[in-house]
Amino acid sequence: MMEKKDYVLNVSERRPEKGKYLLPLFKGLGYTLKNFFSKPITIQYPTERREVRPRWRGLHRLKVDEQGKLKCVACGLCAKICPPQAITIVPYEEEGGTRYPKEFIIDEIRCIFCGFCQEACPKDAIELTKVYDYVDYHREDFQFDIEKLKTPERFIFTGK
Amino acid sequence: METAVLYELLRMLISVVLVVAFVFINALIMGYLERKISAHIQRRPGLMEVGPHGILQLVIDGLKLIGKQLIVPKDADRTLFRAAPLLSFAPVVLPLIVIPFSPKLQVRDFDVGLIFILAISSLNVLAILMAGWGSNNKYSLFGAMRSVAQNISYEIPMLLSLLAVILMTNTFSMQGIVQAQGKIWFFLVQPVAFLIYIVASFAETNRAPFDLPEAESELTAGYHTEYSGMGFSLFMLAEYANMFVVCSIATVLFLGGWHGIPLPFGAYSGAIWFFIKAYGLMVFMIWVRWTYPRTRFDQLMNFCWKYMIPFALVNLLVTAVLVKL
Repeated sequence: MMEKKDYVLNVSERRPEKGKYLLPLFKGLGYTLKNFFSKPITIQYPTERREVRPRWRGLHRLKVDEQGKLKCVACGLCAKICPPQAITIVPYEEEGGTRYPKEFIIDEIRCIFCGFCQEACPKDAIELTKVYDYVDYHREDFQFDIEKLKTPERFIFTGK
Repeated sequence: METAVLYELLRMLISVVLVVAFVFINALIMGYLERKISAHIQRRPGLMEVGPHGILQLVIDGLKLIGKQLIVPKDADRTLFRAAPLLSFAPVVLPLIVIPFSPKLQVRDFDVGLIFILAISSLNVLAILMAGWGSNNKYSLFGAMRSVAQNISYEIPMLLSLLAVILMTNTFSMQGIVQAQGKIWFFLVQPVAFLIYIVASFAETNRAPFDLPEAESELTAGYHTEYSGMGFSLFMLAEYANMFVVCSIATVLFLGGWHGIPLPFGAYSGAIWFFIKAYGLMVFMIWVRWTYPRTRFDQLMNFCWKYMIPFALVNLLVTAVLVKL
């Protein structure tokens, strides 16, 4: 006599009892009908969008002051603290001693959106916006320079 | 004499144009309804982009399909492969000739109207078999094999259930069958036959829960896996036209055809009732498709041979005895 081995799975088909086939069919139809008359729970993404959390970390913005000049003084703290080393800064000093970045490049593909740059900045010059849907065709397009970093809002995808 | 022939020719021409146009319009309406209803059942909005609520989407899709390249797979049987969509499309146009939309709106009232429809619509199986065989693709062949087995099996209960109605009307003429239902619609007299017919028609049109010939999870797309562009769309047109034909037969034989609350110009406006009933049934078919899971093939066959055919036979016998009394 064969012993029942514990690794043998006894699969049995679950069947409704005799005479109980019909009711579940109508129940199913009722369920789909109920769903048919309920409001869709999806949103039409590019035109409607879901509000993200207040602390959402999206694309970076380099802030400007009242005169429209960059607040950044190219101290390099953000580049230093950046875990994936996505920030490249080339500083420039004017004759009066004011510093500003000649080049400020963030590699948005390398960036992990941790927000350390924002926290490290002594001048409150960089922040993470709520823009989360930047799309483009080439890798080079994800190397954000100062121009792109000034106004990340224009990259919000509207589908048009 | 001369004018009578001319009149007949003109009538034929207009009828053919209208019927073919109707097949295309029907596919547009059904395609839209199917996608929209399935979306709402799944709590999505569905088509929304082209036109208000996406009503023009199917037109755009049609144009796209017309523009696509027709690819014939390597080592496929070219003639069969090309002929299959045409053979699938042509027979579904013919049944529309004898369907009585209203007392006056009918191309021809044959004395054998019902037999004509059933004979023509079973040609569809041949087209599917040709498509499956000609594609040189295992999925297509399996889909075609299943389709043939399923369609031939389910034709029997379908015919038996229709025969029960014929015993009561004593005519095969579609117009005559509708006129016989002036007092009471036959689905009240023949509920079993109606039920059997509806279930069999799901299998005949290869629609869920009996859509095994195109079971996506096993056979990618079944017999039309290899078709692109218009080849594919002819199959789709045929499927939707087939649905319409099947639902029209149900309307004519069980739901009283163009009978309904009398409207002005009854000889023509009866078509409104006819279309409401036929499209109601088609919406029901869509509703069922998006509710039930697909059956297994042995379940499908068992259901037909063990339940449908015996019940249909008993129903036929009882009807025959009662009519004779």
